Amino acid sequence: MTPHPAPEVGPILGRLSLEAIPLHEPILIATFGMVAVGGVALLALLTKFRLWGYLWNEWFTSVDHKKIGIMYMVLGLVMFLRGFADAIMMRIQQAIAFNGSEGYLNAHHYDQVFTAHGVIMIFFVAMPFVTGLMNYVVPLQIGARDVSFPFLNNFSFWMTTAGAVLVMMSLFIGEFAQTGWLAYPPLSGIAYSPNVGVDYYLWSLQIAGVGTTLSGINLIVTILKLRAPGMGLMKMPIFTWTSLCTNILIVASFPVLTAVLALLSLDRYVGTNFFTNDFGGSAMMYVNLIWIWGHPEVYILILPLFGVFSEVTSTFSGKRLFGYTSMVYATIVIMILSYLVWLHHFFTMGSGASVNSFFGITTMIISIPTGAKLFNWLFTMYRGRIRYELPMMWTVAFMLTFTVGGMTGVLLAVPPADFVLHNSLFLIAHFHNVIIGGVLFGVFAAINFWWPKAFGFKLNSFWGKVSFWFWVPGFWVAFMPLYVMGLMGVTRRMRVFDDPDLQIWFVIAGIGAAMIAAGIGAMLVQFAVSIWKREELVDESGDPWNGRTLEWATSSPPPEYNFAFTPNIHDLDAWYDMKNRHHDRPVTGFRDIHMPRSTGSGVILAGISLVMGFALVWHIWWLAGLSLVSLISYAIYHTFNYDRDFHIPAAHVAEVEEARSRQLDAVRARETQAAGA
Amino acid sequence: MPTNPNAGRLIRRALPVLAALPLLAGCGELIVLDPAGDIARQQGNLVVISTLLMLLIVAPVMAATAWFAWKYRAANTQAKYAPDWDHSTHLELLIWAAPLMIIICLGALTWVSTHLLDPYRPLTSGGSDSPLGPGQEAAAPMEVQVVALDWKWLFIYPELGIATVNEFAAPIDRPISFRISGSSVMNSFYIPALAGQIYAMPGMETKLHGEFDQPGEFTGFSANYSGAGFSNMRFAARSMPAGEFDRWVAEVRASSGQLTRAAYLALERPSEKVPPMYFSAVEPQLFDLVVNMCVDTDKMCAHEMMAIDERGGLGIAGIHNVRRLAYDKFGGRGSAGGDSVLLASGSRYVQATCLAQLDPVKGGLLDPVNVAPLTGAGLSRPATLAAAFL
Repeated sequence: MTPHPAPEVGPILGRLSLEAIPLHEPILIATFGMVAVGGVALLALLTKFRLWGYLWNEWFTSVDHKKIGIMYMVLGLVMFLRGFADAIMMRIQQAIAFNGSEGYLNAHHYDQVFTAHGVIMIFFVAMPFVTGLMNYVVPLQIGARDVSFPFLNNFSFWMTTAGAVLVMMSLFIGEFAQTGWLAYPPLSGIAYSPNVGVDYYLWSLQIAGVGTTLSGINLIVTILKLRAPGMGLMKMPIFTWTSLCTNILIVASFPVLTAVLALLSLDRYVGTNFFTNDFGGSAMMYVNLIWIWGHPEVYILILPLFGVFSEVTSTFSGKRLFGYTSMVYATIVIMILSYLVWLHHFFTMGSGASVNSFFGITTMIISIPTGAKLFNWLFTMYRGRIRYELPMMWTVAFMLTFTVGGMTGVLLAVPPADFVLHNSLFLIAHFHNVIIGGVLFGVFAAINFWWPKAFGFKLNSFWGKVSFWFWVPGFWVAFMPLYVMGLMGVTRRMRVFDDPDLQIWFVIAGIGAAMIAAGIGAMLVQFAVSIWKREELVDESGDPWNGRTLEWATSSPPPEYNFAFTPNIHDLDAWYDMKNRHHDRPVTGFRDIHMPRSTGSGVILAGISLVMGFALVWHIWWLAGLSLVSLISYAIYHTFNYDRDFHIPAAHVAEVEEARSRQLDAVRARETQAAGA
Repeated sequence: MPTNPNAGRLIRRALPVLAALPLLAGCGELIVLDPAGDIARQQGNLVVISTLLMLLIVAPVMAATAWFAWKYRAANTQAKYAPDWDHSTHLELLIWAAPLMIIICLGALTWVSTHLLDPYRPLTSGGSDSPLGPGQEAAAPMEVQVVALDWKWLFIYPELGIATVNEFAAPIDRPISFRISGSSVMNSFYIPALAGQIYAMPGMETKLHGEFDQPGEFTGFSANYSGAGFSNMRFAARSMPAGEFDRWVAEVRASSGQLTRAAYLALERPSEKVPPMYFSAVEPQLFDLVVNMCVDTDKMCAHEMMAIDERGGLGIAGIHNVRRLAYDKFGGRGSAGGDSVLLASGSRYVQATCLAQLDPVKGGLLDPVNVAPLTGAGLSRPATLAAAFL
């Protein structure tokens, strides 16, 4: 291999030169062509239909938690397509690189693909999905008008987006890291990764990390301070509970990630030796720190979806959630234990038998509360009346899939078993089993569940079912071969293979990936068809599933102020309780509602951060300095913006609520008519 | 201790079938479950035993999920419906206790097996197929030093004074004691047929013990991504009867290769798909020099730096050592030599000032730091892990 010499650093453009454009990679050029054509077409359409003002005023600068939640979901979906394209590229490469064939990706390209796949799927797909769901649903579930810090929420979203944009830029300008998604040193150090790939990795995660941490703080405060009167902690909906625990995990663990990446940046930029081979640096320290963040991270991803499954199971079984209290304590136990298991990611680094046993056993202990949760869902279904709408279908698929993933996870927690399976395709199969079977299936359940709330019409169930039946079997076809190959001792991140016996397994896995691709396609069709035929799918009741929690008490979509009057809570399933007691919507006595005002500061600050990140990646020092000064100056300038809020006049509220009353009357009249006929 | 090898073997044989797809059973060998070394076999058995133990609860849960999902479907109006039933102390007790019981069993199994199969624990007896009688002498372990290079493996046999690249051979029924390190980035040393893996890391030494009990041609590789040449970082792992091994050693000895310090520095430069290489002579203490990152005579050994630091450092004089401690900062992988002008003098650093106790015979090296395993060394060991539980 010919080493890539580190380019000269110029005073104006830093390391950036025309050579940074990967003209020698036809795949990238074709992709760039498609993205450019698609992007120009999109911009042209937005301009033609004069949507720029609408997007800027109603969405980009909005501080409404509902709109920010939806924007997070869109970000997650877009990045999901990118991450999945990487997955397909890997599956094709591994299915053909046999018998001396080098496949179609060289090491430089392939190694970026698997790194980008992991980074994107965790940080820019799963995290936005989870944050988006919490943003949208939590304030509605607790009867709040918005989150505690609405501007911070908008700023958090745009910082996450800026991180995603920086990762996407690395596709066409320079390169991405070739280190694996956690960028272990010394490989990720300046001596072994002298080019911009790791710098893109560092700065995109640092910028996005600001957003994640601030959003975590925001949601904790929201949940603790803005609950409707009467909603004690043990009357909170279970999704809100899991969100609370997730955000505590975020606030407690993301600073560790920030710190460890900052130390690696110092190693790379100013020549310190925290993780180098030189001067007594210790790469093991990085491995420990990154996993002290990394293990809580997987619970950050899964806990909110546990909440989703709880809400869905209870709603579609038409039953109260079995064992609410034990569900809450199970969540808290998982939250605490997730800090005590990080070393199980590197049993094989020679920690000694007692240390390994300790971390192996703590890991297993997590499976007890997780198992208890599974039983709780099971007994929620027991003696229920289960309606198999799409959210419930995804939930049952989750219960069957996740159990297997959990089992293989506990197996990997047995250190001697891990010695033979660590870093093997068995491990890959395991974590896809829990992340796809848990997080993604949960996100799909949640999208189908709350879409009617967000947009006022249901999703088309035919295409939803097509998607479901491609996705779930597709998952098993794609990942069972990986379990088997793990037992054959096949390791991860391989680009070419010697043993021709393995090819058939990779071909099967590739077929599974193609089925998943069909599932994703069907899901996009589902969205398109549903939007196109939204008149037929319309739901005016605001409560299409016979829901149980407060968000279903509002219209769909809810008014910008969510609740004209903050409801009083008497029972766990607040809306179910209100329905049972034939609660009457208040229709008079409205008052002015105090609301936060939209601001463009979030977009601008995140935009400046993006420029700064780009400048730092390319060592364009003047631009980095300039953007840092701009960032601080603009942040100070923003503090002098006193136009932060406004009041929705009582008359306007009355108007909106009257329209809602008429809508509900019409719905009731239709129901009575249908019952009479 | 009486063993029941049949049980383990039966499970092992049955699993490929259970693991489904009988049509594909011929496509690839489940080497992890059917290896050629005692340690790997016990680890493989543990995979099977743990899985079965967990299936005790996982299988009923999955069956119940399917059953409830079907029985309580909305269309089945015959099924009982209890919309407000949400608590049962008995059931709560069951759903916490049942997983707890399984985890107590699995936790005990984990504690014992982790200590028994600690890779740092020396092996003192023959393999499980030839348990030593009370009067028999155990075969003395053979030490093999392993260095992960970019992107190939170096094996040094210190007792035999030979070394090889990308080919590892060992006699059957003799414990092998590996000392493992690396030259540049992290790799993981893994021969699935022999024993579980352990990381190979620069500037650090890890240990592994294993023993082949069947002759055969196997593969070893790096199980941790280490850069562009990672996919081809594979080597032949050959186990053979003692006589054949002696012939193999003679073959290596007959080669003309000499692994001097200079030869090592040339060898450690990145290269891929390197065919096996033999060295009939090896620089003494080369492995310790590798661990201390001072094969290059212009570099200070890490443990010397630590010894200096322990004595409070060298003060101003220590500045002279800065360049000597930069092992790859100024010339990463593949671009070595960029710094040679500054180091061309070839003189060693100012060691005389405070390190009188350095051993001049060993070229300034102190004895390697004692990193004996913390636990496990004194435990007696049953013939097989399975025997401890079955």
